[in-house]
Amino acid sequence: MSENNFVSPQAVKRLKKRRGVEFRFRLWGQAAVGFALAALVWLLVSIVGTGHSAFSQHFMTLDFELSETTLDPTGARDAEKLRGANYRRIVQQTLYAQFPEVTERKAKQEVFALVSASGATNQLRQMVYQDPSLIGQTVRVTVPTSDQVDQLFKGYIKRETAEDRRKVSDRQIAWADTLKERGVIRKKFNKILFTNPDSRDPELAGIASAILGSVMILVVAFVLAFPIGVGSAIYLDEFAPKNKFTDFIELNINNLAAVPSIVFGLLGLAVFLNFMGMPRSIPLVGGMVLALRVFPTITIATRSALQSVSPSIVDGALSLGASHTQAVFKQKLPLAGPGILTGSIIGMAQALGETAPLLMIGMVAFVTEVPTSIAEPATALPVQIFLWSDSAERAWAERTSAAIIVLLVVLITMNGFAIWLRNRLEKRR
Amino acid sequence: MTDTNAKFSCRNVKVHYGDFEALHGIDIDIPDRGVTAFIGPSGCGKSTFLRTFNRMNDTIDGCRVSGKILMDGNDIYNKNLDPVLLRARVGMVFQKPNPFPKSIYDNIAFGPRIHGLTSSKAELDALVEKSLRRAGLWDEVKDRLKLSGTGLSGGQQQRLVIARAIAVSPEVILMDEPASALDPIATAKLEALIEELKERYCIIIVTHSMAQAARVSDKTAFFYMGDLVEYDATEKIFTNPSNNRTQDYITGRTG
Ligand SMILES: Nc1ncnc2c1ncn2[C@@H]1O[C@H](COP(=O)(O)OP(=O)(O)OP(=O)(O)O)[C@@H](O)[C@H]1O
Ligand SMILES: [Mg+2]
Repeated sequence: MSENNFVSPQAVKRLKKRRGVEFRFRLWGQAAVGFALAALVWLLVSIVGTGHSAFSQHFMTLDFELSETTLDPTGARDAEKLRGANYRRIVQQTLYAQFPEVTERKAKQEVFALVSASGATNQLRQMVYQDPSLIGQTVRVTVPTSDQVDQLFKGYIKRETAEDRRKVSDRQIAWADTLKERGVIRKKFNKILFTNPDSRDPELAGIASAILGSVMILVVAFVLAFPIGVGSAIYLDEFAPKNKFTDFIELNINNLAAVPSIVFGLLGLAVFLNFMGMPRSIPLVGGMVLALRVFPTITIATRSALQSVSPSIVDGALSLGASHTQAVFKQKLPLAGPGILTGSIIGMAQALGETAPLLMIGMVAFVTEVPTSIAEPATALPVQIFLWSDSAERAWAERTSAAIIVLLVVLITMNGFAIWLRNRLEKRR
Repeated sequence: MTDTNAKFSCRNVKVHYGDFEALHGIDIDIPDRGVTAFIGPSGCGKSTFLRTFNRMNDTIDGCRVSGKILMDGNDIYNKNLDPVLLRARVGMVFQKPNPFPKSIYDNIAFGPRIHGLTSSKAELDALVEKSLRRAGLWDEVKDRLKLSGTGLSGGQQQRLVIARAIAVSPEVILMDEPASALDPIATAKLEALIEELKERYCIIIVTHSMAQAARVSDKTAFFYMGDLVEYDATEKIFTNPSNNRTQDYITGRTG
């Protein structure tokens, strides 16, 4: 009989066929994983490739003479007057002094364009405002170059390009090179990117306001979504009567988690802004909208964490005379803790990346100040990315990618922390 | 009509799971001291009946208990009685050891804490020690009270669970196949412990081991398909049962 013979021709054929199926499946799986990896690598390479250069920037270190005749001809040292004084003049004179041979008006303008005009004037104004005794002295200050000079040295503005097709003239290139040789222009870490709010000038633009806005939005969203999410999960799982109505609620919470986020934005616009009359662009409203977005995620994570706790633990507590509430809160909930925390962190990471609902409630405003409270206009990191990506200039492209890198790093850190926390807490059991 | 020495007097106890009647009207008196064993083939309703004594059936959806169960003459299914209080007086040990995933100390201290049995740390420490000693576990764990209870061996875990139950000073301890997950040595220790505990507590034990029932119990009840077939002194059941079914079961002809 051939059934018992493992080496009969039929058996060998069957074996071959089975191995073939297995081989093809493995190949298919490897191709899928390979594709996913390739996509990830491509994403990282392209973003890091364009974004890494934004973490450094070119600066000029110059001696500015804060002459009294220009800044405070009356000598009154009136704070308001000092604010409005002509710092631009001082910056101009300092730059002209670098190239005394340049006298023609047009050429002088081009010299002045090497520095970040508003960056330098603001910095001087701030210094004098804080310490009026500086007037009359010469101070050494480091100010950003204009974004064109920065882009030139980073190689994004090509010297080979015809002069009329680039934003930097041949003369300017020569001057910039001279300043670099003299050690006036140097490349440094771009602190501005992290400490400044948004700006019209790329060399002065930063993500400070966006980061702070995102943090505020997340805090508001967490404070609202965590108790609501965990509370509704505990109630539904442990205390709610099991009937059609609670089934219906359960179904809807699951559906809510799948609703496209822009719908929450529309809801927030209709309810919080139009109906309740809250201001646009503030993190409070952003957080409220995102709380709606993430609380179903937290509820679902909490319920699955609760359900994964062995019922024998609850039985043990009940058999000792614990009430149902005591058994749930003293035994079950602590065991579900790691799962709940992980779910919440992942929910928060989701909220951090949300853009569409924030656009709907007007968080696209151009905010040039770092917000100090949740009721002041702010922007959020993904929205900032969206705003910058809209600008055509090369300097913006590099900053857009840099902001994306920051966002990705934060997201990866949050998810990594969630995984680490879960493993750690689970090991303790 | 009831035995005055009885801890529990059951009259016409029926248990339904939905439409399914698992117990068909049980009448039994369980003595105040000593060990009563429930034996019978799988699915005959031993666990179901055991759970009626501490109302753990209440936690099962669709489970209904009817009839009368008196504990010291009081109806434990009285509407005004809080099952939570009952369970403090009637402890339970499960088939699979279920220590809380906390320290050994906290396992024992959980019951006293929720019932507020002690007023100081020193008192609680003493109670933990006393409970562990009674359960014959003290010498094995006294140096590692802070370690997790789930790190103990199966037999130790089962004795930990007994110590945990003892800590709330129950009058009755229910045990549902407490030795089924244990090796022979751990089983022997557990049986020795039961032997000691029966001086102080009313113990009801469900077991599939005839030998165990014969060794540890004073009275034995044989259940079959939701009925109490025979209930008598253990010696009588194992040497001279009056019912043929009992005879067949203990000699291994049905199972
Ligand atoms: N939660 C439940 N829901 C529905 N039916 C149940 C439930 N628990 C037990 N039953 C049924 O009740 C009957 C008695 O079950 P029980 O668990 O009391 O048997 P047992 O004698 O303890 O059996 P074993 O020796 O296998 O533990 C069985 O027919 C069982 O299917
Ligand atoms: Mg059973």
